[in-house]
Amino acid sequence: MFRKKITFPLITFLGVLILWELITRFSGWSHQVFPSPLAVLISMQELVINGELLKQSVASLFRVTIGFFLAVILGIPLGIILGRLEIAKLLFNPLVQFLRPISPLAWIPLAMLWFGIGDQPAIFLIFLSSFFPMVVSTSVAVETIKPTFFQVAANFNFSRYDVITKIVIPAITPEVITALRLTITIAWLVVVAAEMIAVQSGLGYMILDSRNALRMDYVMVGMIVIGIIGLFLDFMMRALGNIESTAWGRLSK
Amino acid sequence: MSHIQIKNLKKSYVDKRRVARSGKPDAASQEIVVLDDINLEFEEGEMVCILGPSGCGKSTMLRMIAGFDQPTSGEVLINGEPIDGPRADNIFVFQHSGLLPWMTVWENVELGLRHLEDKEEKDKTIQEYITMVELTGFEHHYPHQLSGGMQRRAELARAIAVNPDTLIMDEPFSGLDFLTHMKVREEVVNMHEYIKKTTLIVTHDIDDALIMGDRVIVMSGRPSHVKLEKKLNFGRPRDLARNHELSELREEIFFMLGISYAV
Repeated sequence: MFRKKITFPLITFLGVLILWELITRFSGWSHQVFPSPLAVLISMQELVINGELLKQSVASLFRVTIGFFLAVILGIPLGIILGRLEIAKLLFNPLVQFLRPISPLAWIPLAMLWFGIGDQPAIFLIFLSSFFPMVVSTSVAVETIKPTFFQVAANFNFSRYDVITKIVIPAITPEVITALRLTITIAWLVVVAAEMIAVQSGLGYMILDSRNALRMDYVMVGMIVIGIIGLFLDFMMRALGNIESTAWGRLSK
Repeated sequence: MSHIQIKNLKKSYVDKRRVARSGKPDAASQEIVVLDDINLEFEEGEMVCILGPSGCGKSTMLRMIAGFDQPTSGEVLINGEPIDGPRADNIFVFQHSGLLPWMTVWENVELGLRHLEDKEEKDKTIQEYITMVELTGFEHHYPHQLSGGMQRRAELARAIAVNPDTLIMDEPFSGLDFLTHMKVREEVVNMHEYIKKTTLIVTHDIDDALIMGDRVIVMSGRPSHVKLEKKLNFGRPRDLARNHELSELREEIFFMLGISYAV
């Protein structure tokens, strides 16, 4: 079982590598345009040793962490309020729904004008990209809590505070964890795009800069690292779902 | 005075979609009456089983007794006082599990004992009720790790741990397999013998009602009214097949519910 989980994906990755190698050899494209896997590996080693890769990865991760964290600590409470209070929903839900489909990338000109060039506009864009999905998923999760749970709460004399901490928060946790997983992926997509325009560091910037220098091997290194970090972020969020008191969300539905 | 009194209870609602379709602005003509002029009394410590065809409003009546729902007119009185909402001395046991799935058996039973200051006393009480329903060893299991029957028993423990005046059970055995059904039923009967609290049970199983009830009430289809009320002055355990009076009553109720012969 465990072996299958490891070997089967490895076979696929190996297949892609072989295909990649075949294309570089027989497509007739120059190595400048389509570097071979080995060339990319050597470039990666180079970037690891001179510290460039670590520096840019940390820069990107720093922005994502701050932006995502802000979106989560503001988005979840707002989602709970929208899900619980009819009046709040009437007041704010249309605004949220209106802003939500505007791509965070459309905010780039304004973000740069307001915050200049640097971490701030990038963090702002990541915040925007994560905030709305968190608000919407949380409020939907709150609205779909089984009415039985609130009746149990009323039956056992729960205070309003108890209803939030003992019913609402645990009841939405499985859905919120799923939302965190999907949202961190969006945040990670957006940081690369934001860094291509609004900042002078990070993996996105590295890719853009390498393109300008016609170093497609560096571009590919950047892409591979983005993929690996993305996997790692998803893995971390998924680990949250293994907390025992949230297991009911996976099993009893 | 009876423990619980139901006076001229009526529950109706307006089907908005039907009003829209009929094109008549007069909503009253589209009123659907679920319960119509129900008058019942329940004595202190009595176990009453309520039977009726599905959709007849028997669960709605229970929900109003629990304070989850308001009557359209009429009233429900407990010890002479009208009910104004759910409360901890009037515990509702839900048809499908009402356990909170993110809490262990222990934490669920603790729900009604949160007011106890003395931790030692609280722990002792929780353990006592968990032992009573034979869930020792499962204190720290989550509901989804328990079988259906164990979940019902855990909910029973939670309900009686608060020492309520009334237990209200909405089809407490639905969805259980045959043997588990028997076992949990026995558990409820024993529990009632032990705590002697007013217990109202809605069921669709005629045999359950006859085996458990101090009294059985049969309700009609919508708009629902009381069709039959019968005291069951028999000892327990009861054997329906050998007790002539009970088996005749059983046949009568079958007939009343629209089945011409008992199976």
